[in-house]
Amino acid sequence: MVSVETFRGSDSAVASLPVLEFDHVGLEYLVHGKKECIIEDLSLSIAKGEFVSFVGPSGCGKTSILKMISGLAPAPIGIVNYHGVPITKPIPNVGVAFQSPVLMPWRNVLENVMLPLEIVQPYKKDFKTRKLEFEEMANELLTTVGLDGSQKKFPWQLSGGMRQRASLCRALIHQPELLLLDEPFGALDPFTREEMWGMMQSLWQRVNCTCILITHDLREAVFLSDTIYVMAPRPSSIIYKLKVNLPRPTTIEMMLSDEFYHLVADLRRHIRRS
Amino acid sequence: MTKFATKFDRFISSKSAGFVLPFTVTVLIFILWEVLTYALKIPPYNLPAPSAILTAMTLKGPALMDNAIQTLMTTLVGFGLSVVTGVVLGFTIGYSKIAYKILYPILVGFNTIPKVALVPLFALWFGIGAVPSILTAFLLAFFPIAVNVSLGLDTVEPEMRDVLRSLGGSQMEFFKKIGIPHSMPYLFASLKVAVSFAFIGSVISETVASNKGIGYLVVSASSSFDIPLAFAGLLVLSVMGVVLYAVFAALEKVVIYWAR
Repeated sequence: MVSVETFRGSDSAVASLPVLEFDHVGLEYLVHGKKECIIEDLSLSIAKGEFVSFVGPSGCGKTSILKMISGLAPAPIGIVNYHGVPITKPIPNVGVAFQSPVLMPWRNVLENVMLPLEIVQPYKKDFKTRKLEFEEMANELLTTVGLDGSQKKFPWQLSGGMRQRASLCRALIHQPELLLLDEPFGALDPFTREEMWGMMQSLWQRVNCTCILITHDLREAVFLSDTIYVMAPRPSSIIYKLKVNLPRPTTIEMMLSDEFYHLVADLRRHIRRS
Repeated sequence: MTKFATKFDRFISSKSAGFVLPFTVTVLIFILWEVLTYALKIPPYNLPAPSAILTAMTLKGPALMDNAIQTLMTTLVGFGLSVVTGVVLGFTIGYSKIAYKILYPILVGFNTIPKVALVPLFALWFGIGAVPSILTAFLLAFFPIAVNVSLGLDTVEPEMRDVLRSLGGSQMEFFKKIGIPHSMPYLFASLKVAVSFAFIGSVISETVASNKGIGYLVVSASSSFDIPLAFAGLLVLSVMGVVLYAVFAALEKVVIYWAR
């Protein structure tokens, strides 16, 4: 089959070395003095430039996986390797976006987006001298997500969708190698959400980072991902791995196709509740 | 009629309504008060009419002014001390769990002591005058500031912390970029309350341990049955309180311009 479109999970992505490797990772909490196993024996690897989603019922430790990767809460059992080195503390080169946009209300949109450049090296040391150049970078990103002209607005003046766009720009401005998304579209209305998927995809293709998405929305996972992992309820581990082979870029029209529907149905069959 | 109604609605939501309405109501209350004292023949040594209070104000103007300035000065000095102490304490207990565990119970325990009970001690230690007033104003005002500032630091959303931590931000950066701006609205909310507390503190102290100030004036006027003068003193006090409140409300609008 000859096609000008690039296919997901193409050979180049598979052949390159993994950025992240989970090696028999586990997580336990002490609940009323009793050990409760949250995650059990999780092993997988994520390639450079891959878009990976984790889906599963609530409370199966999906957010914990992101915290293990970012190093905010390193894996207590087993190892998560980043470029072959175990993660034990917050790692550089990460962008995060949460379900709530957590913009700082005392900063306008532009200042919010530029926050990482004030903190992350090598941008931090040049922040004063190259400020105009950095502003240009931020403006460019904001234009990509359709927020041009809102730079001087404060968060309370924006709609939920606009805030989330600004939050994604903040997560990407310092060109992180890893983008961690914790249900970033969960709080938006369905139509805005679908719009955001297209925007997210073009952002991801543009900055070429490895993306890890936590979501409850199966259509969202199929739309955006190369690989989807389905997690079981507690104690959770990967019970199903789905490679999505839809052509990129995914479009809203494609979501109406039988192929898309079958992928979503396939995922749904593997979701179990505890 | 409807035209008037819409006009009235527009006035209610306008800026000037916040000044005009309370002012009008106050004047109306004074008029009612005046009428009632005449109608019910209340003697001026029980409850003087507003006109009698105004007369006392004009007659004893310089003395009132003198004492008002004294009260204002001690209040502001005590308040200034309480802002510095309150902010430092607030940030300390909001930032450090250990400091919180050690200091908070002590602060609460201390705050339950009625400050009036301390005034005679202050007079004993520092003599009659401005120092007991400043101290009492300070002691009453610093507590709400400290509590609010620590609350401001404590209520930073964990996600906001995580954004900074995942970027590799230091504690100092957290403090500068999130901690301080986040506690600003809390600080200003407390300043407006604390400045009234400072007034109460210095006046309480003046009634016992001073021979100057509005507190002293009110007590000495009452004891010589010059009730109109006592009321005049109270009136001056409440006007100063409202003015200072307004100053901080205006300052708040400037500093926390980003809040809705």
